[in-house]
Amino acid sequence: MMDSKQKYILHLADNALILGQRIAEWCGHGPVLEQDIALTNMSLDLIGQSRLYYQYLADLGGNGKTEDDFAFMRKEHEYLNCLLVEQPNGDFGKTIVRQFFYDVFHFLQLELLSRGNDEQLTAIALKSLKEVKYHLNYSSKWVVRLGDGTEESNARAQKAVNTLWKYTGELFEWTEYEKEAIAAGIFPEPDKLENEWANKVHQVLDEAHLQVPELPYMQTGGKNGRHTEHMGYILTELQYMQRAYPGLEW
Amino acid sequence: MKNIDLEKRFQEKIDQEIRIEPRDWMPEKYRKTLIRQISQHAHSEVVGMLPEGNWITRAPSLRRKVALLAKVQDEAGHGLYLYSACETLGVKREDLVNDLLAGKAKYSSIFNYPTLTWADIGAIGWLVDGAAIMNQVPLCRTSYGPYARAMVRICKEESFHQRQGYEILLTLVRGSAEQKEMAQDALNRWWWPSLMMFGPSDKDSVHTAESMKWKIKRFSNDELRQKFIDMTVPQAEFLGLTVPDPDLKFNEETGHYDFGEIDWAEFWQVVKGYGQCNEERLEARNKAHDNGAWVREAADAYARKQEKRERQMSA
Repeated sequence: MMDSKQKYILHLADNALILGQRIAEWCGHGPVLEQDIALTNMSLDLIGQSRLYYQYLADLGGNGKTEDDFAFMRKEHEYLNCLLVEQPNGDFGKTIVRQFFYDVFHFLQLELLSRGNDEQLTAIALKSLKEVKYHLNYSSKWVVRLGDGTEESNARAQKAVNTLWKYTGELFEWTEYEKEAIAAGIFPEPDKLENEWANKVHQVLDEAHLQVPELPYMQTGGKNGRHTEHMGYILTELQYMQRAYPGLEW
Repeated sequence: MKNIDLEKRFQEKIDQEIRIEPRDWMPEKYRKTLIRQISQHAHSEVVGMLPEGNWITRAPSLRRKVALLAKVQDEAGHGLYLYSACETLGVKREDLVNDLLAGKAKYSSIFNYPTLTWADIGAIGWLVDGAAIMNQVPLCRTSYGPYARAMVRICKEESFHQRQGYEILLTLVRGSAEQKEMAQDALNRWWWPSLMMFGPSDKDSVHTAESMKWKIKRFSNDELRQKFIDMTVPQAEFLGLTVPDPDLKFNEETGHYDFGEIDWAEFWQVVKGYGQCNEERLEARNKAHDNGAWVREAADAYARKQEKRERQMSA
């Protein structure tokens, strides 16, 4: 059984892995070579971050499990990533909006984590912050470019905002393991996080001439292992080799 | 100066190993040959992202996934430098890309073969990048400056990729029987197509003589192919894999490996567009391009608006 701190780390790792895996689907298919390279960079950063978390978990577990056991050998309901990161890439606009919503959150989350009292997580957060600062800059600029580009790009970006908005509430709905991480000072005082997120998102959407949707309900569950229909297919590809040839070195 | 004198001076420079730079006079045919060769090379990098990209989401470990992503990303980068080198010859990247998408430009035929197993990722790194390096190392000294300089950077990254590919196979052959079989199967499928990467035999190669005179090329197709075989066969032996050529034998007299006849019918089949993946590769590139059209338009429209706003601000 994992304790709440391990679950919390797993959640951080899974967010990074699943979003990294999603963005990796773009590699070779981007709208232009420069953006292909930029998307791949973000994917590399995120998968790199997930490895640091999984390796930390492996150290904590002390039962011989490796980063790959965590990444590849779990059942769907054991992945604790939020629903937002598992949503399909859609068009470039949807990928960018998903990235932007997540980057704003991710950046603020890492800032807090970097001030927490777990030395290892602080170190990972500090390293990741440098990367995520760039991700946020990239996705914000593209949201503005698409929103304030052509009529078509504005419509596509708006559609993505409308579709993905329902997955943003979960980011701030603290699970038991997050509450314990907050109480323990690992993830200190996120009381202002939601407001800061909303301010930044509103500011950028505003600059992009995009409307903030008003939704009566949000979707939630991923952080507790209840995912959308997409998750199974992500894992089908992600885990293919490890499932087809269990227990081998690659 | 008369064209004849210019051409004489141009050839003198080449003979003295002086690099030709974008502003220098050059024969039209030299320019055309380079545009053809560099753009084909750029297209190969970009199309080459697809067969390997096919395994990114299924890579067997996180370490391998990251390495493969980085590798495919490097290829995109190589495509970019090569398109830039080509643009110094007075063509536009957009036009070159459109030729590729329309099926008018060639790219390396090797990328029309499918990647069926994880071992193919190893085999591509080892053999395909290995063959590419054989071709490309001499290009670091090619007579056209921007191309030569692009190649220096590319070669460094390619040799890293090659080691990575070999290491993938080394891991497989040291693993289970099934893994070793997977590695052998990949070698069986990639060996001959890799040899074909050096192009037709010298006696049938239409471009070689002139390209040698202009020092665009420094070794003939057959010379490079032989060098590649001589280098690679011992590596296959070290892996404990069998090269799928019953006629392959070390010739004590020549100091080189003798090898069997290449199936040129297959070579021409794939070059002419009838390989297993020719259609899919072009379709994938076209799809990416078409799906990206609105993004490129949006970026242009936004840039124009920004420029206008800046002008208004400063007015």
